Amino acid sequence: MFGKLSLAAIPESPITLTAVAGALLLGLVILGLITYYKKWTYLYQEWLTSLDHKKIGIMYIILALVMLLRGFSDAILMRGQQAIAVGGSLGYLTPDHFNQIFSAHGSIMIVFMAMPFLVGLMNITVPQQIGARDVAFPFLNSLSLWLTAAGALLVMVSLGLGEFSKAGWSGYAPLTETRYSPGVGPDYWIWAFQIAGIGSTLSGINFLVTIFKRRAPGMTLMRMPLFVWTTVCTMVLVVWAFPVLTATLAMLTLDRYLGMHLFTNTLGGNLMMYVNLFWTWGHPEVYIVILPAFGIFSEVAATFSGKRLFGYRSMVYATAAITVLSFSVWLHHFFTMGAGPNVNLFFGIATMMIAIPTGVKTFNWLFTMYRGRIRFASPMYWTLGFIVTFAIGGAAGVMLSIPPADYVLHNSLFLIAHFHSVLIAGSLFGFLAGYYYWFPKAVGFSLREDWGKRAFWCWLIGFYLAFIPLYVLGFMGMPRRLAHYDNPAWHPYLLVASLGTAVIGLGIVFMGIQLLFSIKERRSLSDPTGDPWDGRTLEWLTSSPPAVYNFPTIPIVEEIDAFMDMKEKGVAYRLPEQYNDIVLPKNAPHGMILGGLTFLFGFAMVWYIWWLAILASLGLLVTVIARSIDDDIHYLIPAAEVERIETERYRQLASVAPRGPAEEQTIPEPVPEM
Amino acid sequence: MSTDASTLGLAHNEAVEHPDTVAMQTFGFWLYLMSDLIIFATLFATFAVLGRNYAGGPTGKDLFHLPYTLGETLFLLFSSVTYGLVMLAVHDGRRKRVLVGLAVAFLLGVGFVSLEINEFHSMIAAGHGPDQSAFLSSFFTLVGTHGTHVTFGLIWMAVMMGQVAVKGLTSPVQSRLLRLGMFWHFLDIVWIGIFSIVYLMGVM
Repeated sequence: MFGKLSLAAIPESPITLTAVAGALLLGLVILGLITYYKKWTYLYQEWLTSLDHKKIGIMYIILALVMLLRGFSDAILMRGQQAIAVGGSLGYLTPDHFNQIFSAHGSIMIVFMAMPFLVGLMNITVPQQIGARDVAFPFLNSLSLWLTAAGALLVMVSLGLGEFSKAGWSGYAPLTETRYSPGVGPDYWIWAFQIAGIGSTLSGINFLVTIFKRRAPGMTLMRMPLFVWTTVCTMVLVVWAFPVLTATLAMLTLDRYLGMHLFTNTLGGNLMMYVNLFWTWGHPEVYIVILPAFGIFSEVAATFSGKRLFGYRSMVYATAAITVLSFSVWLHHFFTMGAGPNVNLFFGIATMMIAIPTGVKTFNWLFTMYRGRIRFASPMYWTLGFIVTFAIGGAAGVMLSIPPADYVLHNSLFLIAHFHSVLIAGSLFGFLAGYYYWFPKAVGFSLREDWGKRAFWCWLIGFYLAFIPLYVLGFMGMPRRLAHYDNPAWHPYLLVASLGTAVIGLGIVFMGIQLLFSIKERRSLSDPTGDPWDGRTLEWLTSSPPAVYNFPTIPIVEEIDAFMDMKEKGVAYRLPEQYNDIVLPKNAPHGMILGGLTFLFGFAMVWYIWWLAILASLGLLVTVIARSIDDDIHYLIPAAEVERIETERYRQLASVAPRGPAEEQTIPEPVPEM
Repeated sequence: MSTDASTLGLAHNEAVEHPDTVAMQTFGFWLYLMSDLIIFATLFATFAVLGRNYAGGPTGKDLFHLPYTLGETLFLLFSSVTYGLVMLAVHDGRRKRVLVGLAVAFLLGVGFVSLEINEFHSMIAAGHGPDQSAFLSSFFTLVGTHGTHVTFGLIWMAVMMGQVAVKGLTSPVQSRLLRLGMFWHFLDIVWIGIFSIVYLMGVM
């Protein structure tokens, strides 16, 4: 009846049980609060079934932040373990449990933190930056969100029922084959990745069509904000790379479920096939999570330096070059697997070449700031912290791209230090910069700067404390993924690293405090202008939060930095001659239903509950058909209603800024001349 | 109110307010087909690497029967041709002809899938299932993935027959028929690849 699922699936480790109890309790409290305040209808109508790209974006970011907490808890457990488990002490984690934790940490941080975070930021921003009302396929957008959430839920459920994979986030075969991992761990990993991956592919298609087909008149490709450009390149990578993951995971599934021999080491299977295919997706994936961050830094650097981005064209070409190159370097993840010197040489050089467009970008950001009137708001802090730290991580990456050096350093903590330098200081700092930058746009009030800056300093100092020792440990020969070690010389460095984790933890606490305080003081922090940072791109033309239709009339673009151009010409806040009816997508519950059914399907497959898997598949089919034949998917906002909303907005604008909102917001700060 | 919403909204400022929905959907579907093609490319690559790893089991020469596969191929290709004729009838607005054409294309597709299931069944019954060798694993994976696609195409076609019968050739229905056609021809092209690389080269 329940396949492999029985009471024995509930883990016995007190640490896991505490985590499960905590998560369940938190979930119950949240559900209780929603019920107590009678918010279910509101939640359902305004959020869960919404097809509004801004709301979907906010839900994505909430998911990302929740998963950030989960992934960070895993990091604390690992750092704590390695701070203790030296010599005679075994620490508090069994090797089995430790393996699950590092596998979950990597899987969560890449696929369930970074991915939803970047897609969330794109959702909030990109349609507004190109002057559109929504994405091309609003329903598909909702489906992508719910598929990602279903995958994340599977990972969370693995905490309390059964186990997670112990084979690392890359799930190398044949370790993930049934022979070596007979448990449900790899199945959780496979289905969570598979479901979320399909959601990502759909997002990729959606954003490409949105950007190529829904730009405002006058916005030629070379007038698009740089974040839109990096979104294009990211989504090209998504559509190009994620299907490889889909196919690879499907083949691993066939090996595990039908006893095939694609990646086994018996009967002709080829495990290197798995490794090659995994990184054919996996390497572009790391560019998928870094390119949007590059876009955010470009927006932030230009806005807070009060200048147009330096070298816009070279920035676009550099992004495109990284996009193309990212498909020619996957083999550097396994130089040591014996492909031979010529192959390693090719991939080594291709990898080094990526440093060139990346260097172009770094210099462009610096030149954007050079002689700019820099305002040190918190997004700018993250940008500056990024430039320095990313340069260190990038240099370490170039070292690793030299095959002989890689033979010494691979699988060591040097590698861990390298990719955390580029993923935390690159991607995550970028997403956090975007979070601070676009927060007022998305919800209508700013975050308190003081706590934000405290959080930043904790993150930055904590980062250096946590990861610089790992570079040293890598040189000292410490391998990654050790649950226990005997070399006492490593111990002090690991103590410093765990101290760094604690400091980062403090940064996360400060971010939580900042969010709570800012919500409490939302009236005084509110952004009545829609343009709190003296922005340059079209998303700052709308109100904060934007009306459901974003723009009452679609703006006409004449320049790069279209909104700054409008402000300079004095036409930004001009009343339109007339308002028109606006057609928007109706809410639809199908995305949420499909997400729920996909979760059930994944869960049933993990535990071999075949009847449930069949039922869920039938449900999926029926729901998809029901949605696909529905022609009644739009509603109309009459012109009079648009006029009412906009008149209110202009009244608000006039009340806060008698001289025009743009001037009001420009706060010149003295900058020493060179 | 909402059924006429789209027509009402289109009255104003058409180009600016409303990007061409059919063009967007078609472009999006092209992108989807490209992503699907990458799935097939991955499976082809796997077959290219593993396709000669017989592990002591049978080879393509032992298992494949070209005239049978040619029959399968003809079913699929004629289904595609019929679908092309369906689209001509759609342009002429001849609903009955569309329905008849869809039914013929559907039956030909069912013929293809039945032949493939029969082929798989007889191989498995003879003990040459996908778990016997890496060659057979990659064969069943690649060909089976194509067959699954065709099956979903058939379900879609059945749904479209229902829509044509109930709603008539409305503009959303026409746009869906267009995309189903892209999907159907796409599966043909993939099959040509399978026929050449798996079957023809397999018996060589």
